[in-house]
Amino acid sequence: MNDTEFQAYVQEGGQVETGDAMPDDYRKALIKFIEMHGNSELMGVLPEREWILRAPTLQRKLALTAKVQDEVGHSQLIYRVVEDLGKPREACLDDLVAGKTKFHNVFHYPTKTWGDVAVIAWLVDAAAIISQKALLKCSYSPYARIMKKICWEESFHILHGRDCILALMTGTDEQRELVQEAVTRWWGPLMQFHGNPIPADDDPMYRWRIKSQANEEARQQFLDGYVPQIWELGLTVPDPKLRKRDDGVWEYSEPDWDELKHVVTGHGPKTKERLGFRRWSREETVWVRNAVLADAA
Amino acid sequence: MIWEIFRQEREGLPFQHGGSLDAPNLAFAEAYARELYGRRDESFALWIVPREAVDEVRDPYVADVFDRDYRRVDGYSLKVKLKEARERAGTAGAG
Repeated sequence: MNDTEFQAYVQEGGQVETGDAMPDDYRKALIKFIEMHGNSELMGVLPEREWILRAPTLQRKLALTAKVQDEVGHSQLIYRVVEDLGKPREACLDDLVAGKTKFHNVFHYPTKTWGDVAVIAWLVDAAAIISQKALLKCSYSPYARIMKKICWEESFHILHGRDCILALMTGTDEQRELVQEAVTRWWGPLMQFHGNPIPADDDPMYRWRIKSQANEEARQQFLDGYVPQIWELGLTVPDPKLRKRDDGVWEYSEPDWDELKHVVTGHGPKTKERLGFRRWSREETVWVRNAVLADAA
Repeated sequence: MIWEIFRQEREGLPFQHGGSLDAPNLAFAEAYARELYGRRDESFALWIVPREAVDEVRDPYVADVFDRDYRRVDGYSLKVKLKEARERAGTAGAG
């Protein structure tokens, strides 16, 4: 099968397994995409980790710790898929801390209050699950299979997020203000999250059927699912142009694509600090890895 | 060392492949498998198998290459014969 035939094969619904012959470009695209996903799961726990010690109750502390463990678990599963494609986990981690590979825009921002933690678990996880659900149909089967487990756990996180939000929204005015401030802070990054609206056919990830959903389609799904939920709580979104047209399409102000590009290329407000932390924790735990491997040898 | 993990969601259900993990020996593989595939009570049982121990045979080498339709459901077409038999017996249209 040449590249064109392979592309036609996956476009028609053909599935690919680890040991199958595949074009180099497909393998490279898979590694790039899946590695970025693994990086995002791993980096995504850092904004939340900062709140474990400051969680308002013991129950919340335990739930947040469990969520952090879930996300690290996802990165382990995802890096495993990347390893089978030919790039070892250690190499992924090297490239991540060296700033050579990317992770999702939303994990480059600070978490200022507990309101941010609630909004992350609710809306950032909601935006992520929309992309991840579309990956259940990925042409590369090993990735699609683990996504099933990941989506199941992510839906748990949204539940946890909604519970945190509702606790705040049924609390004091000050608590409601925390949520509103956080929604306002996160709205820009959330609108950028699914990427600029390039036509699906121009997106190599779509052509290889690694993704099965265009960026704009994902954003529309997010808006349709969550804006009504935001509004029904009496919260507002900082976009005066946001509205649902009669034909069901959401209109909104153009997201700041320059900010997205700037942030994901390593210039976010927290990028340096978080990569630094990741580097530090990797050095600090090297003795654990050595002990495990020595013990097994 | 790579281990393949199969999970049984509930007692009595078939085991399904869940994914794989990297662990230096069985003790670690078991600990990691419990963490990755069982901590939310999503599995009743786990099979932890070294990847090398899995032998895969794949289509088109799974089914017999010869036409042995008598081993399959599509090797038996009762409809036409049943119709004829009913006509012979004079019970056609009875059911």
